[in-house]
Amino acid sequence: MQWEVVIGLEVHAQLATQSKIFSGSSTTYGAEPNTQASAVDLGLPGTLPVLNEQAVAMAVRFGLAVDAAVAGRSVFERKNYFYPDLPKGYQTSQMDQPIVGPGVLEILLEDGTRKSIRIHHAHLEEDAGKSLHEDFQGMTGIDLNRAGTPLLEIVSEPDMRSAKEAVAYVKAIHAIVTYLGISDGNMAEGSLRCDVNVSVRPKGQEAFGTRAEIKNVNSFRFIERAIHFEVERQIELIEDGGKVVQETRLYDPDADETRSMRTKEEANDYRYFPCPDLLPVEVDEAYIEHLRQTLPELPAEKRARFESELGLSAYDASVLSASREMADFFEEVKDVCGDAKQAANWVQGELAGRLNKENLDITVSPVSAAQLGGLIKRIVDETINGKAAKQVFAALWDGEGKSADEIIESRGLKQVTDTGAIEAVVDQVIADNPAQVTQYQEAEPDKRGKMIGFFVGQVMKASRGTANPQQVNKVLKDKLDSLS
Amino acid sequence: MSSSIALHDKTLSELAQGLEAGEYTSRELTEAFLARIERLDGELNSYITLCREDALRDADAADARRAAGNAAALTGVPMAIKDIFCTEGVRTSCGSKMLDNFVAPYDATVIEKLKAEGVVILGKTNLDEFAMGSSNENSHYGAVKNPWDLSAVPGGSSGGSAAAVAAGLAPAALGTDTGGSIRQPAAFCGITGLKPTYGRVSRYGMIAYASSLDQGGPMARSAEDCARLMNVIAGADPRDSTSVVRGVPDYVEGLDYNLKGLKIGLPKEYFGEGLSEEVEASVRAAIKVFEDAGASVQEISLPHTHLAIPTYYVIAPAEASSNLSRYDGVRFGHRCKDPQDLEDLYKRTREEGFGDEVKRRIIIGTHTLSEGFFDAYYIKAQKVRRLIRQDFLDAFDQVDVLMGPAAPTPAFDLGAHKDPLSMYLQDLYTIAINLAGIPGISVPAGLAGKRPVGLQILGPHFGEQTLLGVAHQFQQITDWHRQRPEFGQEQA
Repeated sequence: MQWEVVIGLEVHAQLATQSKIFSGSSTTYGAEPNTQASAVDLGLPGTLPVLNEQAVAMAVRFGLAVDAAVAGRSVFERKNYFYPDLPKGYQTSQMDQPIVGPGVLEILLEDGTRKSIRIHHAHLEEDAGKSLHEDFQGMTGIDLNRAGTPLLEIVSEPDMRSAKEAVAYVKAIHAIVTYLGISDGNMAEGSLRCDVNVSVRPKGQEAFGTRAEIKNVNSFRFIERAIHFEVERQIELIEDGGKVVQETRLYDPDADETRSMRTKEEANDYRYFPCPDLLPVEVDEAYIEHLRQTLPELPAEKRARFESELGLSAYDASVLSASREMADFFEEVKDVCGDAKQAANWVQGELAGRLNKENLDITVSPVSAAQLGGLIKRIVDETINGKAAKQVFAALWDGEGKSADEIIESRGLKQVTDTGAIEAVVDQVIADNPAQVTQYQEAEPDKRGKMIGFFVGQVMKASRGTANPQQVNKVLKDKLDSLS
Repeated sequence: MSSSIALHDKTLSELAQGLEAGEYTSRELTEAFLARIERLDGELNSYITLCREDALRDADAADARRAAGNAAALTGVPMAIKDIFCTEGVRTSCGSKMLDNFVAPYDATVIEKLKAEGVVILGKTNLDEFAMGSSNENSHYGAVKNPWDLSAVPGGSSGGSAAAVAAGLAPAALGTDTGGSIRQPAAFCGITGLKPTYGRVSRYGMIAYASSLDQGGPMARSAEDCARLMNVIAGADPRDSTSVVRGVPDYVEGLDYNLKGLKIGLPKEYFGEGLSEEVEASVRAAIKVFEDAGASVQEISLPHTHLAIPTYYVIAPAEASSNLSRYDGVRFGHRCKDPQDLEDLYKRTREEGFGDEVKRRIIIGTHTLSEGFFDAYYIKAQKVRRLIRQDFLDAFDQVDVLMGPAAPTPAFDLGAHKDPLSMYLQDLYTIAINLAGIPGISVPAGLAGKRPVGLQILGPHFGEQTLLGVAHQFQQITDWHRQRPEFGQEQA
């Protein structure tokens, strides 16, 4: 049987506010346990929440970026359950009246095609603390530094049909929140976490299959692997005559499998009700309009501009605008060198290849955008040729010099365009290789073009790559042809 | 007023004047009250924690401040605090075993304000556990007795505060009122108690029972004293989102109120079945006093009154069940011994830490919020709540204030209401006021035998100034608020 995979995602983006959503405590990552937990975060008797307006503004900006309706009035509710890292015994969240209504996000697939994914809604909520199970000899430690950190939970419709689409969607969310500057998007630190809802159905069937929710998957790679595992598990189960049960599962990256956490029957009744300590959040049209005016250029707009103003191909424009870091890097390279196409080629070619090989992110690229721009500038003004440029790039990567110019100077890579100097090297190469010269002379004219490559290589080698290849070609051809 | 009145019988205003005139120091005053509490409170049980050392230190500081010429209106005056307000460095128990070991690490906003004024805190007064009760019999620290009649309850939940003020163990106290917890004990103990408009006084640091109904307020010997305390504690608080940003009038200035032309409404539902004859007689006599002073009286209807108690007992327990979830034995408060696992920790901690009435309300609230019942209970109760509120808004289109009894009977005997439902009915005349969010004051208006009767006066949202003015004028004509119980007098 042919199966179709159906995926919906809940992405929790930690908002980059200075302080927590309902208290003045700092949200900085990695502090000593419980040093960033105030009386409010601890849920001490008598304490009350006060909403952080910065979090509201960030949620509204997200809503505007995905063409969603921003609710003029949204309501915080209490989600009641007991857990040691949940200090108040309830999580303050939004349920019936979220701040961001339905929206849409376009994703880019690896083959260059695009697809629209509908966003059901996005709501504000507070994060819980962390339970620490190590180092306490059979006991559990509680760190409440994270408790009360603002989260924007972005809930998609079940519009994705493959793991690749799911990853592309999360990447698109990542791009939007980082473009907006409302989250640092750092998945390793948990700033962006996903719950993945997966189900399968026979191809052509309209009704959805029973879904399993995989909780807290925190990298693009894990999302893809968790979905692959889960899809296979469900298909095997059904084909063996079993039934998928609605349940919450956990992905274990070490075992590369998902495991059942709790079934629907075991699920909590969260007893949601409006939080009486917080007033409904009201945002008026003027405020929304003000935030709309201050939105930065978003991925889709940037992509369009790269195509229309810079003349990049649709594919290049898409790749280079996919993340804010990539786009910022590319634009700086382009500004320094003044040639968008060369900049695009180098960023996606030599640089991306090397970064990939070393498993590095563009934000920590050993070659800075200014350095790469400086290098391309010297190609454009023909100070160096392409071959020398690769040497310079490698040297920059290894930290040999501060700039391309410095390396060109110290390595003597400046392109030789003096015809006399090139002729001298050519004469030397012809004199040193009589056998090849004879072969050349005996060859049919249409084979000669290929054979000339050998001489070009020799000349380039003798000039340590600095000779202008076009000139070398011409001089060689003239000389060899005049010999016969 | 003559200074021949014993210190413990003076009003807060008189004591402030005495301090200003140099008749005594704050230390002398504080020592006198502490000594009296130590001598007499064994019998009443109105205090849970006495703050002897802190009080004397603060009294000395107040005296120094006065000597330096920086005294505020109430600097150096001692008072008591219901043990539901967090006070830094002092146990804040909320009348519960659950918080018997809880020393608050911060001050509630109202405590901060009182300290900034230079008020001296004598101690923390007894209450029904988590403010759930109408008799003060639901306290982990034992019942409180009514100083007017030691076989009677003082009312609740602010029973300790009311008894302490009535017995001269404090000139005034802070209370809280979720369904009548300031007004009913004030009535039972013959003192004046004001429940302000919801949002008028900060709730920050006031341990939550039912967040949308809880409101702190003053309990004292006169409306004037309540006005002086309101001048200190009222106002918006950036730490309480439900406090209302709105100018605070000078409540003392408002005392100079002209009763002539005052339009009084008598809700007919407050004079019906269940009201005792002796209470009705006192209340009608008090209303006659206003008429004689030039006020007009008309009957008014609050048609949804009969729905107030059921509505309250859906909303308050629902909020309480969530508010009390934080008492889980993990971070503070009681924790059971040697928990086997997480579930055991939760179950035994809460089983041991909470009393019966608290558990009852947690169970009710958990049920009404649960899937399948939420719409039928909680949502419907919220709709009825709006109707009850509208009743009052309509009434205040016609009259300036409403008057009636604060409770259907005078203080009842200890142990009289074993059945929770009959206890709940005690709040018949007070509970709708919290659902509507309006202010109400109870003033002494008579005695039924040995036991006081309270007149309740209600006003529109933010009408505290009118309520205090009307009550004050009543107290210029009558002397019910000057009556003192025999308890403790011979030992003065």
